[in-house]
Amino acid sequence: MGRTWDFLTATRGATRLHWTDWASYTYLFFGVFLMFFPVVWLVLSSFKTEADLQRYPPTFLPYQQQTVTVEGYDEPLPLFEITAGEYEGMILAQLRRVGLQAQMVDPAAPEERLRVAISDYEPVEQFSLATENYSDLFGRFSFLLYFWNSTFITVMATLIMLLTNSMAAFALSKYQFRGRTAVLLLVIGTLMIPQTVVLVPLFLIVSEMGMFNSLWGVIIPGAATPTGVFLLRQYMLTIPDEILDAARMDKASEWKIYWRIILPLSAPAIAVLAILAIMWRWNDFLWPLIVLTRSENFTLQLALNSFQGELQTQWSSLLAMTVLTLLPIAMVFMFLQQYIATGIASTGGK
Amino acid sequence: MAGTRGQGADAPAPSPTRDTAPGTAIAETAGATDPRALRGAGDGIALRVIAPVMRIIEIPMLGLQRVLGINRLAWVFLLPNLLLFGLFAFLPVILNVVYATTGGDNVMLADRPGIGAGNFTRLLDCANHLDPNTCREDKFWRAVWNTVWFVTLQVGVMVGFSLLTAIVLNGKIRARGFFRSVFFFPVLLSPVVVALIWKWMLQRNGVLNAFLDWAGIGGYNWLVDAQWAFAWSVFLSVWAHMGFYTLILLAGLQAIPRDVYEAATMDRASPWRVFRRITLPLLAPTMLVVLVLALIKGVQTFDEVYAFTGGGPGTATTFIIQYIYEEGFAGSPRLFGLAAAASLLVAAVLVVLTLVQLWVNRKSVDG
Amino acid sequence: MTHLKLLGTTALALGLAAPAMAQEIRFMCYSDGNECEVYDDVLTRFEAENDGVDVIVDVVPYQAILENLPIQLAAGSGPDMAKVTDLGGLSQYYLDLAPYVDRGYWESSFGDTLSWYRGADGGDAINGMHSQLTITGAFVNATLFEQAGVEMPADDATWEEWAEAASAVAEATDTPFPMALDRTGHRFAGPAISYGASILSEDGTPSLSDEGFAAFTAQFVEWNNDGTMARDVWAGQGGATYQDAAQEFINGELVFYYSGSWQVGRMDEQVGDFFDWQVVGSPCGPAGVCSGMPGGAGIVGFEQTEHPEIVAAVIDFLAQEDIYAEVTARTRNLPAHLGVAAAGVEFEDASPAAAAALSAFASDLPDVAPAAFRYQGYVNNRAMFGITAERVSQAIVGELSVDEAVERMASDLEAALADAQ
Repeated sequence: MGRTWDFLTATRGATRLHWTDWASYTYLFFGVFLMFFPVVWLVLSSFKTEADLQRYPPTFLPYQQQTVTVEGYDEPLPLFEITAGEYEGMILAQLRRVGLQAQMVDPAAPEERLRVAISDYEPVEQFSLATENYSDLFGRFSFLLYFWNSTFITVMATLIMLLTNSMAAFALSKYQFRGRTAVLLLVIGTLMIPQTVVLVPLFLIVSEMGMFNSLWGVIIPGAATPTGVFLLRQYMLTIPDEILDAARMDKASEWKIYWRIILPLSAPAIAVLAILAIMWRWNDFLWPLIVLTRSENFTLQLALNSFQGELQTQWSSLLAMTVLTLLPIAMVFMFLQQYIATGIASTGGK
Repeated sequence: MAGTRGQGADAPAPSPTRDTAPGTAIAETAGATDPRALRGAGDGIALRVIAPVMRIIEIPMLGLQRVLGINRLAWVFLLPNLLLFGLFAFLPVILNVVYATTGGDNVMLADRPGIGAGNFTRLLDCANHLDPNTCREDKFWRAVWNTVWFVTLQVGVMVGFSLLTAIVLNGKIRARGFFRSVFFFPVLLSPVVVALIWKWMLQRNGVLNAFLDWAGIGGYNWLVDAQWAFAWSVFLSVWAHMGFYTLILLAGLQAIPRDVYEAATMDRASPWRVFRRITLPLLAPTMLVVLVLALIKGVQTFDEVYAFTGGGPGTATTFIIQYIYEEGFAGSPRLFGLAAAASLLVAAVLVVLTLVQLWVNRKSVDG
Repeated sequence: MTHLKLLGTTALALGLAAPAMAQEIRFMCYSDGNECEVYDDVLTRFEAENDGVDVIVDVVPYQAILENLPIQLAAGSGPDMAKVTDLGGLSQYYLDLAPYVDRGYWESSFGDTLSWYRGADGGDAINGMHSQLTITGAFVNATLFEQAGVEMPADDATWEEWAEAASAVAEATDTPFPMALDRTGHRFAGPAISYGASILSEDGTPSLSDEGFAAFTAQFVEWNNDGTMARDVWAGQGGATYQDAAQEFINGELVFYYSGSWQVGRMDEQVGDFFDWQVVGSPCGPAGVCSGMPGGAGIVGFEQTEHPEIVAAVIDFLAQEDIYAEVTARTRNLPAHLGVAAAGVEFEDASPAAAAALSAFASDLPDVAPAAFRYQGYVNNRAMFGITAERVSQAIVGELSVDEAVERMASDLEAALADAQ
């Protein structure tokens, strides 16, 4: 397999770590930081309370103010560290705040009330995960139903798309027939108009076909994506025709050539396309929003966005839901990426 | 043969083995490559499920093959896809053309008065097309010029970084699978989440400014400054989509036969020369896919930037699809006709651009 | 695969069979807080009283109500009833409840808000129940005023006096922003009317370019550019995107925040003990008008429904004084029901600050100018809100001068009216 760096280091007489290696790793680790840090931060934020989320400056870890139960008071009282003035260095519990003054007590000696200026204290905070963001979700709506709807849509649309696209790509790359260029141009032509733009005509067609408020109304239009045909066709072009000729000599049917030869050899491209298709359908929002209006048909993305009201958004629930929606697709990716790995590594001609 | 001309010139064509069963023949022919391709992806549980289904389909397909002959069978392979496309991709576009010739704000075509090319003249009505303020639909032209800039920068930066990343990943790297996954990871995020994350990073009191303050550089109100908001939109879009193109390019790089490089080693060619003379030309078909897709997707950028800046400040990051979406769908009154006309204009420009690209690369397209 | 297919067909069958089932009512609802949950809960009582009726509350993103519902209605595939905010714009699809309900009770209970649902043609149909009334007004960080030692302007203070006071406070306390106003044409309309804009004259002629409107636009742009207004809010977004400044206010970075009554719950919860805040209503314009904008959402039935009598019964049930009072208390909204408003609402879990704020908003209602009431029910008001937000922002960031922006608003409005015919 053509490894550029391998080749480069070889000509320079194999020192163990060439500067290009250093540069590569530096670049890669910078990439890891840039690509992962925001996501890690998203996950951590999903454990913050609504109030903590709104806070400036943002903290990296979720914190909550520490409280203490003081004898004689029913509610737990918030704790503050006194930073200046008479009681500097003490940790006191606040009873109430009036204007710029706070009434506080020492938890150790709850009888005496102390007065502290609010500029002289800072809240005592501790690391604490707001797991209720997650647990509330399950009580609030039928998470499992939405999860099932999303999964069903994603799996069916992906399968249909992979099958039809790979068949079309096979025809467009391995046959000479009249109208091939026209079909190819037509396919590329549909790439030019994104779904966002034809929402209304598409909606009318789907309603006319009786697929409104049905999961199939999301699945079938979703499977008609031109990107896959184009991607697979370009990949299949690189498969040598001799293989097909050899198979034909052996009287293999065209269908067999398609699924026994072309499909396996296109595995890396198909894996990439599968990941894309899964991701598209899983994250799809605008289209399901218009086709699905009944809650029993909702997908996770619709449920997730129902936390956005006209005037307010419930960020804590929305973030927790986002993380939950992200998990399955991340797992699917981790699974599929091995196939890309074996695929890519082996088609290259090592 | 047509399919391999690009490669065949440099790589020795694998010789077909004729006296074995088809399955083995592939394994061996591709054995110039690696039989693991079959074992890794094709075989296993998936195959056991798929095989019976495929064998059942084979029966009618074989019949059709006898009736139609091999080349006309291509249409059978195309049929399911064309059917889906016809109904859910072409028909909406045709309806869009009809919408483009009508006015008013009614949804149903029957209720809409025809106004001929009225929507197009309204869009194109400008004293000076370079100055949006002189246009009747000033927002359309602002969006057009923003999109032109955006696409130029975004495609350039993204393809550049994707290629760099792919080359680095193609090298002798430990934990390559891990790094490859890392770069691909943002592709999995939905556009809204991408926008949300970076909005938090970049807002006035966001993480980046907190860091800059800490480093003593001092924060900046990024998203209120038109130029910076634009630059960050490009960044965000590159961040979110780079992994996809990296992966395609990586697949292309790995498909380049090793012996080509070995020959170059013999000739003591300089690395830059190897890159220019071997890597780039052999990568051309893949590069074409990347460029065509990146350009088209670039022009169609919408969700993530819309959720990120809402098109602001002012109209600094309003791109063409956002204009269409707002005119025809989100705004009030809903001008489906105007939006449809704008979308057709965009599609026409994209078709021309793509044809130019294909023409420039005609060798690798026709195979 | 067969397994999946099987389940798929079941799902399909379910989806198709559902509309055929008798007496199932679909209520499309969106939440700013807990509204839909509360409706769902209250409606179980209705279901208990009415055998065989099943009211299903579908909680959707607000975007679905705003953007998709009109298209679904046009295509004849809308729900039976919904909670909507584009009150006048959707009026052609509303079910007239009059044949099914007690007109006298409805008219005496909901009064003027009924006209918001009648659209351009007026008439005397009973088209919807205003479920939550909102009114715009200002929140002030009282603690910052105290720290700065600046006296809070009186009730009848003008916008300019407030701007001056807020700037003084911000300077003395090192607060980043003196003032902010939500980024929407709706919030903008209140002060614009106070500055003398007619917006919607009595004969129904809209205008976004008269002297008063231009005056406030110029003033607002100037405030954004000299740092009086938080520039982030209007300049940080594009199009007609909504943007509030609640986060800044909650973090104590904003002295004077012009928003509305729906923020009370959030302030109550999230400001907590951090500082004292209070509601001061809408400041006045130079002419002595001190108007805010009314608003809110309402529950409507749609003509397309197969069970108009049940839909009417459901809405009528929600409109009954005891139920309405309960929902209002639980969702912490201002009541549009005059009887409930007169009796007063005991808001659930509301702190004294929140209760005070809600009553401050309620007492501000009489100050609302007639033009503001008309504007809220105007069919094309969404178009006008959008135009305002878009063009004023462009003036703020310098893409257009104030005069150009006003001109563009006039021509945009003209085009919108022509297109909406």
